Amino acid sequence: MQIKVNGTSYDVDVEEDMPLLWVLRDELDIKGVKYGCGVAQCGACTVHIDGVAMRSCQVPAADAVGVEVTTIEGLGTPGALHIVQQAWVDHQVAQCGYCQSGQVMQAASLLAENPNPTDQDIDDAMSGNLCRCGTYPRIREAVKSAAAKLQEA
Amino acid sequence: MGKIKTYTRRAFLVGSAAVIGGVAFGFYMVKKPHANPLLKDLKDGEAALTPWVKIDAEGVTLIAPHADIGQGVRSMQAMLIAEELDVDPLAVNVSPGDPAPAYYNTALATEAVPFMSTDDSFAAETMRDVMGGVIKLMGAQVTGGSSAVPDSFDKLRLAGAVARETLKKAASQQSGVPVSALKTEGGAVMLPDGTRVPYEDLAAAAAKLEPVTDVPLRDPNEWRYIGKPQQRLDIVAKSTGTLTYGIDLEFDGMVHATVKLNPRQGGELISYDASAAEGMRGVKKIMRVTGGVAVVADNTWRAIQAANAIDYKWGPVSYPSEMEGHWDLLAGSFNDDHIDNVWREEGDVEAALSGADVVEAEYRAPYVAHAPLEPISATVLVTDDGVDVWTASQLPRFVQANVAGIVGVEPDQVRLHNQYAGGSFGHRLEDEHVKRAAEVAMAMRGTPVKLTYSREEDFAHDFPRQISMGRMRGAVKDGRVDAYDLGIASPSVQASQLPRQNQVAPPGADRQIAAGAWNLPYALPNFRMTGYRTDGLAPVSSWRSVGASTNGFFADCFLDELIIAAGADPLEERIRMCQEPLARAVLEAVGEMSNWGSDLGPARGRGVAFVESFGVPVAEVVEVTNTPDGIRIDKVYVAAEVGRVIDPVNFDNLVKGGVVFGLGHAMNCEITYSDGMAEQQNFYDHEAMRLHQCPEIIVRGLENSDQIRGIGEPPVPPAAPALANAIFAATGKRLREMPFNKHIDFV
Repeated sequence: MQIKVNGTSYDVDVEEDMPLLWVLRDELDIKGVKYGCGVAQCGACTVHIDGVAMRSCQVPAADAVGVEVTTIEGLGTPGALHIVQQAWVDHQVAQCGYCQSGQVMQAASLLAENPNPTDQDIDDAMSGNLCRCGTYPRIREAVKSAAAKLQEA
Repeated sequence: MGKIKTYTRRAFLVGSAAVIGGVAFGFYMVKKPHANPLLKDLKDGEAALTPWVKIDAEGVTLIAPHADIGQGVRSMQAMLIAEELDVDPLAVNVSPGDPAPAYYNTALATEAVPFMSTDDSFAAETMRDVMGGVIKLMGAQVTGGSSAVPDSFDKLRLAGAVARETLKKAASQQSGVPVSALKTEGGAVMLPDGTRVPYEDLAAAAAKLEPVTDVPLRDPNEWRYIGKPQQRLDIVAKSTGTLTYGIDLEFDGMVHATVKLNPRQGGELISYDASAAEGMRGVKKIMRVTGGVAVVADNTWRAIQAANAIDYKWGPVSYPSEMEGHWDLLAGSFNDDHIDNVWREEGDVEAALSGADVVEAEYRAPYVAHAPLEPISATVLVTDDGVDVWTASQLPRFVQANVAGIVGVEPDQVRLHNQYAGGSFGHRLEDEHVKRAAEVAMAMRGTPVKLTYSREEDFAHDFPRQISMGRMRGAVKDGRVDAYDLGIASPSVQASQLPRQNQVAPPGADRQIAAGAWNLPYALPNFRMTGYRTDGLAPVSSWRSVGASTNGFFADCFLDELIIAAGADPLEERIRMCQEPLARAVLEAVGEMSNWGSDLGPARGRGVAFVESFGVPVAEVVEVTNTPDGIRIDKVYVAAEVGRVIDPVNFDNLVKGGVVFGLGHAMNCEITYSDGMAEQQNFYDHEAMRLHQCPEIIVRGLENSDQIRGIGEPPVPPAAPALANAIFAATGKRLREMPFNKHIDFV
């Protein structure tokens, strides 16, 4: 089957029910997408499918055909940071950092839909993403400053 | 400059300590310097000035041997070296280096001895030094016990200073300019005429010199990095998904493995039937490993699917199958046969309690999992040339020894490439997953084997935090706490943990059974604190803040009960009773920060707690609202005394994270066993705190002490008791068992 990730189409020969997470990580070597739980409890595997944040551990490979998959590598790069990534750097959100790919993807999706979220909107959108290090206060601040930057832009 | 004197004095003390029996000889032996690990591979043109700085044609490499498990310690170590070496930490190489005995951790030893952290008597200092010798003898390169900062603060600055002065000496000899006329900046020696001589160009000459060791450390007012906000070295990579963790590694020809081990911890595999798994797509090998079965495939998911398709017959466990049996063992330990140590005995508790109106309580704390978000993994390659291991470990020397034992080589033939970890909280002090990976890799010589635990497997085999029980009695008199008799029964974590590393737990009492409870800083007229050791429980491991995570809850909450029984104010009374100035200062600070005593309005409450762990006094005030749907945590104020805040940004982040960790697990988490197996399998039944429950957290670091301390663990213990005390204030309901959600709802 053919799967399009970050604008590039890849031919992959996998079971229809292999989760997109493992297609990305072990077949395509796209490692910014993280395995944390496998059951949509942690959000570390969050990608955008046609612009909407989804848990890639719950997307069977067959459902990833014919859509645009964006991973954190496609959102921005160290040399060309996405506005959300810039906010994550400015606030030094990360500790271990393992959840942060998913947090950034979730936040980017939130702000794309709702550029001026309330505290409640942020709580609702971001509470599916677990951070075991407890960086939540900085995640809130970074989402807000990314939103403010988007307002200026 | 005083710090270098401390080194000299300790060296002298150590020499003089030869009088104290058998330990002294060992200590003398271990005072011989360990081999410098950077010397053995040095090529012409390279100089290893100290074990922490390496300079070659590729530039300056700072060696940061403490494992970065998320706490930012690699950046911190680089910053300390750079402060004296005059390099930009973002512009040089920073490497975890090769594990080596020279990287023994002296600061951890200072917490392994039974003296108050404030006790600097000769006996206490000597004992700490001797324990340092023992840890040095073991060559233990440990990341743990919030010890990286105190271990590194002098050593790494000194390393940077020695390197700088030796490079200047080399530059002086080359240029004929006296050392006093040379300056250093940006990784180069500057001559008076403005000529810039990069350190790299001086490496070969410096290698031939005796290192300049008579170096004063810079005065704090000259510091450019320490105490100022820094950018973590890993922050851009961690914000862009470009940091490679151990679980992300790929090598040519690598295979993906997973295991299923007896979910009854430590039990045997009796038999298995893999017929359903053998034909599954991508499966390359199914083999027995210690305690279970490994599946090797061409993709992690396929390996996990196949492992789940195998039919296993598991053996029994040695600990009680059901929780009732665990609690019975603890409850049966409060007697003379199980006394591990009487840590405090002041006044006459029995006399004070007799005839008094005695307040009694029993407190409980459950097993809790570490569950770092990156599941544990290890990649191992066995060849004729030795063994390569890629994993994240807090005990790399032990990993080397354990893998060497399995493969049948010498520890020095095991090259450990320590990785950035996606969290740990103590989990990566264990290395069972590395041992299993080594067993598979030995059966597949020449093929790199990456072994990854599924989240479910990680939960099943997370040697959890100790289960624990407190039994207290107390009495009040004339509006004050008069008597406090505090007993805590717990397994010895190190007695469970160290044998898995082929180490024997040190003889004598286990300080962690009493940590956070025996060292209350209060002048209580009658106080007794007794630690009871409970054997026969499930295997446990060090969990962020170890004993204090449970003991702090017991000790502080029951003190709160007594203060309230006495009719006193919880904060004012703690301050009044406090006899340690550093502890009193954090209590006063948190009172001022939270505007303690002000009216919070209806259905609200605040609680204060104080716990000292790893030498760091921490006070926290929690404010809650009792809403119709449950308790909402509104704000947390934290004051912590660390001597010096190295990086205010990382400090703030770590303290807040510690509070979230402490609160989240106290509210929501336990590991329970049924049929000998952990009942919690994934984050849906052990999730700790999510963002919507996270309060606003206000942090202050105090710098009154002349002892520098680490902050990774100490914010954790006061969070649970401060929350329980706040809930009592808001609702009148006293919570004596974690997790609190067994007894009250949270929104």
